[in-house]
Order: sequence, then structure tokens, then C-alpha cells
Amino acid sequence: MADLTNNFIGIKSPNPFWLASAPPTDKAYNVYRAFDAGWGGVVWKTLGEDPHVVNVSSRYSAHKLQSGSILGINNIELVSDRPLQINLDEIKQTKKDWPDRAVIVSLMVPCEEQNWQQMLQRVAETNCDGIELNFGCPHGMPERGMGAAVGQVPEYVEMVTAWCKKHTRLPVIVKLTPNITNILLSATAALKGGADAVSLINTINSITQIDLDTMAGAPSVGGKYTSGGYCGSAVKPIALNMVGQIARNSETSSLPMSGIGGVTTWKDAAEFIALGAGNVQVCTAAMLYGFKIINELCDGLSNWMDSKGYRNTEAFRGLAVPNLTDWQYLDLNYKIVASIDQNTCIECGRCYSACEDTAHQAIAMKMGDKGKRTLEVIESECVGCNLCQITCPVPNCITMEKRETGKSYMNWTQHPNNPFKG
Amino acid sequence: MASDRKVDIQTHRLSDDQYQQNFSDVKPALTAYQAHIESNRCLYCEDAPCISACPTRIDIPSFIQKIANNNTAGAAKTILDANILGGSCARVCPTEILCEGVCVRNKDPEYAPINIGRLQRYALDNFNPSEHPFQRLPNSGKKVAIVGAGPAGMACAHHLARQGHHVTLFDKNSKAGGLNEYGIAHYKMQDDFAQKELEFILEIGGIELKTQAELGHSVHLDTLRQEFDAVFLSLGLTKCKRLGLEQDNLSGLENSLDFITDIRQAEDLSNLPVGNKVVVIGAGNTAIDIACQTKRLGAEQVTLVYRRGVDNMSATHKEMEFARQNGVAIITWARPVSIFTNNKHQLIAIQFERTQLDDAGKLQSKQEHFELAADSVFKAIGQEFDGQCFSGSEAPELLHHRIKVDSDYKTSLSNVWAGGDCIYHDGEDLTVQSVEHGKQAAYSIHQYLEQQSHG
Ligand SMILES: Cc1cc2nc3c(=O)[nH]c(=O)nc-3n(C[C@H](O)[C@H](O)[C@H](O)COP(=O)(O)OP(=O)(O)OC[C@H]3O[C@@H](n4cnc5c(N)ncnc54)[C@H](O)[C@@H]3O)c2cc1C
Ligand SMILES: Cc1cc2nc3c(=O)[nH]c(=O)nc-3n(C[C@H](O)[C@H](O)[C@H](O)COP(=O)(O)O)c2cc1C
Ligand code: SF4
Repeated sequence: MADLTNNFIGIKSPNPFWLASAPPTDKAYNVYRAFDAGWGGVVWKTLGEDPHVVNVSSRYSAHKLQSGSILGINNIELVSDRPLQINLDEIKQTKKDWPDRAVIVSLMVPCEEQNWQQMLQRVAETNCDGIELNFGCPHGMPERGMGAAVGQVPEYVEMVTAWCKKHTRLPVIVKLTPNITNILLSATAALKGGADAVSLINTINSITQIDLDTMAGAPSVGGKYTSGGYCGSAVKPIALNMVGQIARNSETSSLPMSGIGGVTTWKDAAEFIALGAGNVQVCTAAMLYGFKIINELCDGLSNWMDSKGYRNTEAFRGLAVPNLTDWQYLDLNYKIVASIDQNTCIECGRCYSACEDTAHQAIAMKMGDKGKRTLEVIESECVGCNLCQITCPVPNCITMEKRETGKSYMNWTQHPNNPFKG
Repeated sequence: MASDRKVDIQTHRLSDDQYQQNFSDVKPALTAYQAHIESNRCLYCEDAPCISACPTRIDIPSFIQKIANNNTAGAAKTILDANILGGSCARVCPTEILCEGVCVRNKDPEYAPINIGRLQRYALDNFNPSEHPFQRLPNSGKKVAIVGAGPAGMACAHHLARQGHHVTLFDKNSKAGGLNEYGIAHYKMQDDFAQKELEFILEIGGIELKTQAELGHSVHLDTLRQEFDAVFLSLGLTKCKRLGLEQDNLSGLENSLDFITDIRQAEDLSNLPVGNKVVVIGAGNTAIDIACQTKRLGAEQVTLVYRRGVDNMSATHKEMEFARQNGVAIITWARPVSIFTNNKHQLIAIQFERTQLDDAGKLQSKQEHFELAADSVFKAIGQEFDGQCFSGSEAPELLHHRIKVDSDYKTSLSNVWAGGDCIYHDGEDLTVQSVEHGKQAAYSIHQYLEQQSHG
């Protein structure tokens, strides 16, 4: 059996699944339920200074597929809206009652050294395992000079990180906002400030929908709305990319990462770890399905690791990083073509529409007896774009098969068509 | 069989609740949530096979997609544009041999087609336009007579009215609608739907309905051909085929359609007398319908007897399954040879001989006999076209006892078209097929009228 225990920058937890700083970790009641269910750790809902903030009513909205499945949700909540001392007392008690779980405290404090220093002193008394700096919350707080405003300015990230390192002996995790153009700038800043790790991503600025009757977006607060933070499944590709870019960048590659963004199944988690994350944090999936998903996350990950012979997560961590490269180094002589399994094909013709209308006219739809239709790939026309395979509703009906071109590796930097070829 | 045996034919066999339950909608409307789930299962196929399998070629993936994205009005218009009787077709079509039969999700390993019929009904049930969805073109000054206000006649009338022609729609019955009103099983078409649909069709304007006007009696084909620019015949099949066992004064040997009509028209089903032991002869739609409906009226024993095997039955597998679920016993390879009556000339039993195919594939007797006691025997061996309606006029040519038409639904007479069950055609006699005939004939008539105006 695979060993799921996790050691992230010295913080130990029974599994690599932490609940991200958000409503699931807002108070002891939730956190106890989460630990009961089996979660490895929590990043407590971000604490701010007193007087505590107040939230509006109508806080979340969703972006759904037509079928009703949720792609992602957004929210316009702020940091914890409870008095600081109550949070600190609960954190202390929680750590006492659950010594084997990771308890991290997320913080957002005005951008003054003394404010951070005071806050860090009080947090240290809780005996928590580490702190996470919330520079990313993209709504509400930035307008008040905190949150994304800091996270979007690398110099501030470095400065505040350095203050924290100076004033606490706890491990410092810097949570990165995705609302920037180049994640490496923030990651490098955190590194320079002395961060022990980064966690990413926080939520993405978004408007999920407009109610066409009221002409208000959602969540609508009495007919008015504001940009919210987007998260859930839909953001996973964006988060993975950012994690991957940090992992393959020589300057930041040694920076430990806690992967966040759309983790819903064990496979999502394994992907983050394969791209170099030391553990993962989950928010939306727990909010949509409840804490019990931890069973499926752990079980799925463990079974997959067994099937691959990975004894612990370190055994496969980062294995996908070396294969991540720049486009210009991809082999232009590598060739795949689509192949349709006639035994499982249900003749819906979607591959035909896709290829005929929007790709390369490489699929023929032949009409046979009694309405029988046969979909066949015209290999000479197929460029191997994968579109037909993507649109096919039957799993594994269309596969992409490798064809030998007899030509050796050649990338764009070597290609005669490249005007900048050396 | 004792000639003093009493016949057990009674009303009020069931409680009011049972009648209510037995004759409620067999395929009830989908809820919004069900429609949401079902519409999202559609794969939106390329050149979707369901479209070609629908005789009226409704753009099915398009209307389902519209339901899925909350555009029910758009869905309804897509359906009605191809099939103005989409509402009744949604209820009565044997979708298992039409659209749903070829749905790609009906294949191995899923075998769960999209519920197209019920989605179609959903779109139309939830369509409440403030005005008729189609506009009539300016009056063309042309007049068309349509005889027979069943599905074929109604569809033809609507399409011609859309083109601006004036239509007079004759029917011998007091209510229009044809078999939609008088023939379709009670539990398939509820709440006076046939009349509501008719009203909807007439909303387009330019259609004058004349009921109790029978061709061959108060109306004559020769006169119509003179008074109107074109005539469309959609007379259906009104004559019952004979079994050869009919006798004068005999009671208990009935035409299915008469009783089905009684069921459809009954104000109170409990007042309908029904036998306790019922035998149905035949194996089509009508046979299934009469068998299931008598069973649901409280008959204890209903037996359907067919002279050939299951594979030869014109009822679909699903309909046979429905009959079995209703508790109808099915006997194949047997044909009736004689009937027994009591001293009041009431039928009390019927004798069958077993049949088989000879080497040449012809049906022959096996020389084995059996009897079934019966309070009533229903003939459901098919309807025939009744040529009487042409008496006194020049009649169109017939083919296999039905009206012969060309590919444009034109008969042998210069300005006369025909469609629906009364013509000889390849397809099955189905509501949806008749609608298509009416629509195609309307296209052809319209072309003809256009040529007349310009030529
Ligand atoms: C019992 C039964 C059940 C059926 N169930 C189904 C089903 O579930 N699904 C399905 O798809 N199909 C079913 N069918 C078949 C379907 O009803 C017919 O195919 C369809 O109604 C034919 O339409 P039509 O317009 O050609 O004829 P009809 O519906 O028969 O209409 C003909 C019209 O012409 C009128 N008419 C006839 N003679 C004259 C005259 N001389 N003068 C004036 N008017 C005249 C009649 O009064 C009638 O209104 C069923 C048929 C029967 C008999
Ligand atoms: C309702 C809600 C409130 C959140 N509040 C915080 C917060 O206070 N501090 C923080 O660092 N992140 C906050 N987040 C962001 C999550 O911690 C997480 O980074 C993000 O949701 C992406 O992960 P996911 O896709 O698993 O949800 C919040 C997210 C949600 C949905
Ligand atoms: S891989 Fe792309 S080009 Fe090739 S058949 Fe499929 S859709 Fe067409």
C-alpha cells in the first residue's frame, strides 16, 4: 500500500490533501468535521485585524455547463468575518485536539511592518504549523489596500515576505494570485523575500453570468454586482500551467509548492504533484460535495500509486516537469493520426462535423445499407490535431496512433522555414 | 357450447378510480427537470439519423438543443414548421420504429435512445405563443377543396393556407380530426387534444371547415373539381374488412374501430358495456389498442389471436410488449373458422384452426382446432378504402384498392391530389406519414396553382 503521509516544508500531515483557506476552514466546527472525515490539514480561513470585516448576502455564483454540471464558481466574500481572538482561540484548541493534522493560518494584514509583527506574535501563540500569506484575494480587500494589490506588485510580495520571515519562526507560505501576466515574477519575489514555499493559485477575477431579465451579474446584491474570484474545475488548467512554469524555471524550481485550483479528483491531485507540487489544497470540490470526498481522493491516489509502484508521493513528484518544454523544441517530425474503432463507433458523426467544418476534411462519412454510416479517417489529410478524439462521445473510440515518418527529430529552431534559424 | 349460455357484457366493471387510472396518459408529459436531463443527453449528431427516420423530417437535434438551452419556443417552431401536427405525433408515433429506433444512443452497449417523442411533446405543451406562429401570405385568390379532415387533410390545409390559398375542408363526421379524434387510443391522446390541435391549425386563417359534408352524398368530386382550383382527397380507410363469419342479426362480433370510437367519445367510461371474455382477431395497431382498452375497461380475459407469427405482426415489438403488460394473452398461428351463438343470436364462442406455412410459404390449415369462449369478438383485421364516395363522379384510378398517386401525390385526375391512409404507398399507415403526405401534396398543389396564375 502506498504511503500517503506528507511532509511539506517540515509540516507533517497524514495525507497530501489540505483544505484551502476558505469557508470550509472558517471555524473549528467545520475543521473538526473535516478532520473527522480524514483531511490531512487545513489552511484556516484568512484572518485580518479587528474590527472584523462584514460580508454581503448573496455571495457565490456558478458557471455551469448547459447540462447543469458545474464548471466553476465565483465568490465575493472577504477574509474571516469573525473577531480575531475567537479565531485564534479556536485554532489553538484545534491544534491541541488534532496534533497529527496540519493547521496553517492564513493572514491578510495592512501593509505595515508593525501590523504584521503584532499579528504574527499572536498567531505564534496558537502553536499552528505555519502561516500562509494571502496576497491574492482579488476582491474587496484590494480596494482597501490589501490582498491582490500586494500580490500583484512583486516588490511588495518580497517586502512583506521578508517582514514575516523576520518576525516569525513559523514556516511561511506565500499564496500567489493568478491575476497577473507572469507568475514567475511573483514566485521569484516570494523566493527573494525568503518564503519557505508558495501556494497557488488563488481565485481568478471573473463575472460568471448576467441575468438578462435584471441585467445584473451574479451574485447579485440587490441588483448590483462586482467581480468575484473564480475557482473550481475550470481553473485547474490555469493553475497547472502556473505550477509547471515555476517548476521548470531554474531560478524557482527548488521553491516548494502547494498546488491549488480545481482539485476535484485524485487524478487532479496527482497531476499537480507530477508537476512538482508537494501537496494540494482543495476548496470548491469540498464546498460542492462535502468533506466525504476525502475518501475518494485518498483511495484513488493510493490505488493509482500502487498500480504504478510509487511508494510515496515523492516518488513521482515532478516527473512531468522535464517533459514540459517550449513550443520551439517540439519535434516537427513526430506524427500521429486519428483511428476510429468501428466496433465501438455509434455513428453520431460528430468527428465528421468537427473535422469537415473546422479542421482538415480528413474524415469521410460513408452511407451504407439501412442507414448504416461508416466514419473513416483519410490518413493522408489528417494532421493529428486530436479534435475528433476530443469531440467523440464514446470513450476510447477514437485513438491517435503514431506513424513512423522515417525522419529524425527536428524542431522549429532547426526548421528551414524559420526566418530566425541560426 | 351450451346454447343457453348467458353472455356477460356489463357496464361499471371497475371503480371510478380504476377507470381514471386505466385511462390516464400512458406517456405523461415530461417535467422541466426531466426535459432538462433528457435534452442534454442528445449528442447533436451530424446529419442525424433521427431526422431521416422521421417521415416529416423534423430537425430533431436542433429542437432538442433548443430545449436544452431554454429556448422552448424556438424548439416548438422548429417542430411545427416541419410537422404542424407535431403535438399529436409526439403522442402517437411508434417512435421505436422511427426516430428513436435509429438514435445513435440506441446502439450497443447503451440501448437507451433519447426520448425524442416526449421531448417533442414537452416543447409543444410548453409553447404558448401570443399569436399563431406562422403567417399567411397575401390571399392568392386560389381555392382548394380538401375532403377528409384527418391528419393528412389538416396538414395539407395548413400548408396551403400558409401560401395564401383559400381552403375548404370537408368532413363527413360532426367533429374534424379523423382518427386523431375517433381512433387513437384514449390513453394516448387526452384532454380533447385532437380538437385543440385542430383549433390551433385553423388559427392561421383561410381555412373554412365544413363538417357533416360527405363526399358521394352532399358533396361530389365532379362538382368540387369544377368549383375549386384543386382538390385534395384525404379520406382515410373507412370500410372494415370482412372476416367471412359475419351473420345478420348476430350480436357480439364487432368492428374494433366502432368500439374504439365509443371509448374515445365516451363522457363516462363506466357506462360503456364490455364483455368479460374478449377475443381480438388481428395483430396491428388497432388490435393492440382494442385488446388493451377492453382489458383496461375491466374485461377479465382478453385474447389476441393472429393467423401468422410474431414476426409478421404489423404492431411493433414495443406495442406487443405493452399488450403483454396489460395482461393480454397472445395466440399466434390460428385463424377463426366458425362461431357459436346462443339461442338469442348472441356470440358465445369462436372456433379457430391452427395454421402453418406450406413449403411455398403460403398459409395453410394444420387441421387442428380449438375454441375460445367469448362474450365479444373484435375484428381488427384492417380497414379498406371505400370507393363509394366517388359514385356519380369520375373516379381516380385505384391501385391495390386504394387511390393511386404519383410521387407528387397527384391522382390520375387532372386537378386532384390524394394522401394519407387512402392512397397506396410504401410506408406504414401512421399519423406522421399522413401528415407528410398532406405537406408534400400541398407543395405540389401550390406549385400547380402558381403555374396556373403565371401560365
Ligand atoms: C385504431 C387505430 C389506432 C391507431 N393508432 C395509431 C398510433 O398509435 N400511431 C400512429 O401513428 N397511427 C395510428 N393509427 C393510424 C393513423 O390513425 C392513421 O394513419 C391516420 O389517422 C391517417 O390519417 P388520414 O388523414 O389519412 O385519415 P383519417 O385519420 O382516417 O381521416 C380521414 C377523414 O376523412 C373523413 N372521410 C372519410 N370519408 C369521407 C367522405 N366520403 N366524405 C367526407 N369525409 C370523409 C373521415 O371522417 C376522417 O375524418 C391508428 C389507426 C387506427 C385505426
Ligand atoms: C468562498 C470562497 C472564499 C475564499 N476565501 C479565501 C480566503 O479567505 N483566503 C484565501 O487565501 N483564499 C480564499 N479562497 C480561495 C481558495 O482558498 C482557493 O485558492 C481557490 O478557491 C482555488 O481552489 P479550488 O479550485 O479548489 O476552489 C476562497 C475561495 C472561495 C470559493
Ligand atoms: S485528428 Fe484532426 S485532422 Fe485528424 S481526423 Fe481528427 S479532426 Fe481531422
